[in-house]
Amino acid sequence: MGSTSDVGRRDLIKRSAALGLITVPAMSALSACASGGDDDSKKVDKGKKSAKNPLAVNESAALDVVIFDGGFGQQYAKDAEAEYAAAFPKTKGKVKHAATQKIQTVLQPRFNGGTPPDLVDNSGAEQMDMGTLVAKNQLTDLTPLLDAPSLDDPKKTVRETLRPGVVEMGQFDGKPVWILYYAYTVYGVWYSKSNLAKLDVEYPETWDDMLKVCEKAKKKGIAGWTYPGKYPYYLPFSLYPFIAKIGGRDVLDSIDNLEPNAWKHPAVKAAFEAYYELYKKGYILKGTPGLTHIESQTAWNQGKALFIPNGSWVENEAKKTTPKDFQMAVAAPSSLDKSDKLPFGTLWASGGEPFIVPKSAKNPEGGMELLRIMLGEKSTKNFIKQVSSLSSLNGGTEGLSLPPGLASAQEALTKAGKNVVNPRMQDWYVTLQKQQIGVGALGEMMAGRMTPAETIKKCQKFADDTAKDDAVKKYKHV
Amino acid sequence: MQHGKYRFIAGFLALPVILYAVFVISPFVQAVYYSFTDWTGLSSDFKMVGFKNYDWLLHDDLFWKAVGHNVVLLLVVPLVTLGLGLFFAFMLNVGGRGRKNAAVSGVRGSGLYKVIYFFPQVLSIAIVALLFQFTYNPRNGAINSFLDGVGLDSLQQQWLADPKLALWCLMAVMVWSNVGFYVVLFSAGMSSIPRDFYEAALLDGANRIKTFFKITLPLLWDTVQTGWIYMGIIALDAFAVVQIMTVGPGGPADSTQVMGYYVYTKTFHDGQAGRATTIGVAMLIVTLIFAVIVTRLGRRERLEY
Repeated sequence: MGSTSDVGRRDLIKRSAALGLITVPAMSALSACASGGDDDSKKVDKGKKSAKNPLAVNESAALDVVIFDGGFGQQYAKDAEAEYAAAFPKTKGKVKHAATQKIQTVLQPRFNGGTPPDLVDNSGAEQMDMGTLVAKNQLTDLTPLLDAPSLDDPKKTVRETLRPGVVEMGQFDGKPVWILYYAYTVYGVWYSKSNLAKLDVEYPETWDDMLKVCEKAKKKGIAGWTYPGKYPYYLPFSLYPFIAKIGGRDVLDSIDNLEPNAWKHPAVKAAFEAYYELYKKGYILKGTPGLTHIESQTAWNQGKALFIPNGSWVENEAKKTTPKDFQMAVAAPSSLDKSDKLPFGTLWASGGEPFIVPKSAKNPEGGMELLRIMLGEKSTKNFIKQVSSLSSLNGGTEGLSLPPGLASAQEALTKAGKNVVNPRMQDWYVTLQKQQIGVGALGEMMAGRMTPAETIKKCQKFADDTAKDDAVKKYKHV
Repeated sequence: MQHGKYRFIAGFLALPVILYAVFVISPFVQAVYYSFTDWTGLSSDFKMVGFKNYDWLLHDDLFWKAVGHNVVLLLVVPLVTLGLGLFFAFMLNVGGRGRKNAAVSGVRGSGLYKVIYFFPQVLSIAIVALLFQFTYNPRNGAINSFLDGVGLDSLQQQWLADPKLALWCLMAVMVWSNVGFYVVLFSAGMSSIPRDFYEAALLDGANRIKTFFKITLPLLWDTVQTGWIYMGIIALDAFAVVQIMTVGPGGPADSTQVMGYYVYTKTFHDGQAGRATTIGVAMLIVTLIFAVIVTRLGRRERLEY
């Protein structure tokens, strides 16, 4: 017969091991990367300033680049790095390229230890919080790059070649420019021209028409709308410009500024009620609240829903599931009624793919120079061709045959003219925008579990909480 | 011989104690230390803020919601997992109708069942979570398609996208992936219980239920208790399933938020590592309380056999 004392001892070990199992990884993971090293990094010497080398890059120093390997892949950056190596032959073999989807997991320890790379594409679901990076003085001011002559035309500065709003987006408080957004994204209501044609309708420019189109589709068993229900923060891509269109830019600005009662503006209420009606009338694709972005885009590609709020990366991302004759297009939000403050065509367009040069980078000039090369016409054209997205360089599309989605984005931009809005919530207050307002409020409303009035109350509470939280750095529109 | 004993023991213990201090104790101490700072995790500069993080934690609704979910997980997941594990193990080992030459045996095909039960255990939790994410898909997932196929489409649900169901969906996955381990563990425990006990019980006319509660469970108690602590710790974590499967992630209306995931978001999304370590310290406290309660409750007289 066995003896129990044996069992007891083994149990004791098991128990203590099990106890250690949970707490140790959770805590040591945090503290292992804790503050090591100081910020006095060893920078490389500057090179000689010349017409060919306006940023005075050290011509033989190594360059360390980390790219977000997401919807746009990484080839465009590799190509630009090859250009860089060609311009500075002595750096050949010293340009270190890395690509990852886990930006924060990979880079946070490096930032903390004071050895970050020279250029980072800080994008994706694991984007490092820009507000915190700026507040903790972890970034290099990119003003020298913006004031340097552009790659193609030495008479123009880089600043003068950029699309409107790009420079401003990289600023947080006052003058320094911390971030350079490389891609230029057009947000809005995406649809298929051929699927609308099959229903014998055109893109509805008023909300009444929108409801009529949805009704017509419903009779044929097609849903009007779908959206990534698992990540409902796609809804603002068409909802925010809709709010701005109804009530004017100030409404969005006061929301961004976290002003008290900003969400209680009548324009917000009107927009929410219009969207809620889509749910109430059964125009939302069944099961949408449980779909990922890929699943909802695929359903849309299959013609199961007509409209989807999205950004211009969708053309590249959905390439595999998009039918040949789909004729993808983007449109600005429909008008609510005649009293709208801004004309039809008002849409959200802004920089995407934020590039940063860390403060303690060894070769910050090299990082900026690579950006300057990327903002040249050659790299831009390459980028447009590879990933069918616009870049922040104003132009570069001449002589290229654009894919349908991108062509329509370009058209929508031209049509919008000055009426391009740029809500900053998603880069100023990421958690508030995505998790709280996106998932917690808008997602619940569109799933039919909250009325517009309740949703507004919730949004306002989330915004007030963020405004009160002194751990979150606040920013304001100038 | 005697006087060299302590030096001998100390010599043996020194290295493990040092390793333990460096790799186990020091991170604990550091974590507690960082919970008193405003460290962002993005730069090495921070300052002490006293109990500010703890004050924030006590007033943070989301944290309490996460604690609540962890408590539900803690009560339901171990209970169901261990209950099923015990039931299956009993059926596999002594639940059979006694074939010839063996008074005590498992149900027919028990060897095969054992393999089937254990199978989820060899899958990584990441794969399990991903598979179930597809299963729960409200449009073309297996569950809704099945309900549709058998004409029960009125029972179709949004599953993970419904705040009322999401947490239960997660719990089902956690039970599914863990039950096999306990079937095997309890089987091992049961096979060491002397057969004569069962034979005696059978001769006395005890039925299966009585045999289970009077013989199997009491003799297996130590193993069950260990399993309870271990399952409890899994329930206090639940990070992977939340991260991979749920809306947000974190669930619609934060319905699947758990402490472990909250630590992660605070560190890697919000750049508030100081607050994250505070949540970590809170988790440690909850875990310790849990372990103390379970060991106290489970204390009972040992049976010699």
